[in-house]
Amino acid sequence: MKARSTLTALVALLIFCAGYAALFLAPDEATMHAIQRIFYFHVASWNAMFCAFFVAFYASVAYLVTGKRKWDALGVSGVEVGVICCTIGLITGPLWARPVWGIWWTWDAKLTSTFILWLLFIAYLLLRGLLEDPEKKASLSAIFAIFASLDIPLVYLANRLWRTQHPQPVIAGGQGSGLDPTMSKVLLLCLLAIFCVMILVLVDRYRLELLRNEAAELKFEIESRGPDALGVASEGAATRALQKGGQ
Amino acid sequence: MTTVRAAGIVLAKELRLEFRTRELLTATVIFALVVVVLFSFAFDPTAAESRRYGPGLLWIAFLFAGSLMLNPSFAREQNNETLDALRMAPISSFAILLGKILANFIFMSLAELVLVPVFAVLYNLSLAGIVWRLILVLALGTLGLTVTGTVFSAVSAHARMRELLLPLLLLPLLTPLLIAAVESTASLFAEQPALDRTWLAFLAGFDIVFLTATWLLCDHLLEE
Repeated sequence: MKARSTLTALVALLIFCAGYAALFLAPDEATMHAIQRIFYFHVASWNAMFCAFFVAFYASVAYLVTGKRKWDALGVSGVEVGVICCTIGLITGPLWARPVWGIWWTWDAKLTSTFILWLLFIAYLLLRGLLEDPEKKASLSAIFAIFASLDIPLVYLANRLWRTQHPQPVIAGGQGSGLDPTMSKVLLLCLLAIFCVMILVLVDRYRLELLRNEAAELKFEIESRGPDALGVASEGAATRALQKGGQ
Repeated sequence: MTTVRAAGIVLAKELRLEFRTRELLTATVIFALVVVVLFSFAFDPTAAESRRYGPGLLWIAFLFAGSLMLNPSFAREQNNETLDALRMAPISSFAILLGKILANFIFMSLAELVLVPVFAVLYNLSLAGIVWRLILVLALGTLGLTVTGTVFSAVSAHARMRELLLPLLLLPLLTPLLIAAVESTASLFAEQPALDRTWLAFLAGFDIVFLTATWLLCDHLLEE
């Protein structure tokens, strides 16, 4: 518990430093000025999203191979955290695009693919909510997560072949590309900070899911013992309480 | 028993079941027709525009019809718990799925066989000279639709609100298929029909990826 509090404090500090660096230390961009600073968090949230969805994909495969419930818990945690990161990315993107491109949204390959990605994993969460049997919930949603993950490269490829308007890769994208050295340092710091936040939330969500599973199992055990067992237990408790009162 | 033979038996059972009532086929054809007709009110289907919108309308109608038609594939096994009986048979679970996929592929193809000529008449498109290439595109697209649709039908059959859930799971997943199918169909309906090989290869790739995934995951999909 103590370690967790310390880690949370460290991540909070890291986020503060990243925010400060992105807003004040990074040099002003020549054409876009202040609005360009959203890029540090926009890119960082995509990075965190890909890591979270990769965790979900890996956990889904691991669940189907091993059948251990902890992998299912990790899978759903990965998807939930990934969807949050994806939502942040989808909101910060249009905020930047409106002043720079002049439009909120364009049907370009990267935007469309992430939108579909978002829809697919929202469907995953819906599916989990609508499946009742815990075993079925775990295995069927793992299958869906694997199908959805396989679909992502195809969605991207299809859109890429179709039409694209996104900025060409700025980092390592051929001649004339590349960031100012300070900018790339700030970007690295932001990537690290958002990644740490993602991991922190992911671990918490994972623990919550394990606790939920445990609570559901205990509840099931009490119910399967029948009303008699419960009655005896509460009767015993009542007798003890009376005895205590009598003393 | 080999997988192919077992799948053939499941396929025969599905076909017999459907052709006793023909409910599913009739409903699918009528539904797709309704969609096509509704589109003609939303967009004016004059000759030049229909070349641009036509393939898109056609595939959206197929995708919607498919996402409704595929739902009973596993849902109707639930009424009398007949899926348990199928599962008890000494055949692999891939054979069960393959039989159902083939059956759905046949149903969907039959529906398309009725719909495409009607669509060509309503939207003033000429099918002469492109029939075989169009059949190839339709077959590849329909295979992708039925493979993923049958798998998700097995997934959604266990859920509440399954009729609503299946399109939600299926349609976002099918976006790459939709793009590829529409683009290759559009290349056939153009002034100078020429089949776009890139998109055709993409469709084939989609089918292979998801057929392989189905083969790998089928035991988990049908386990009790």
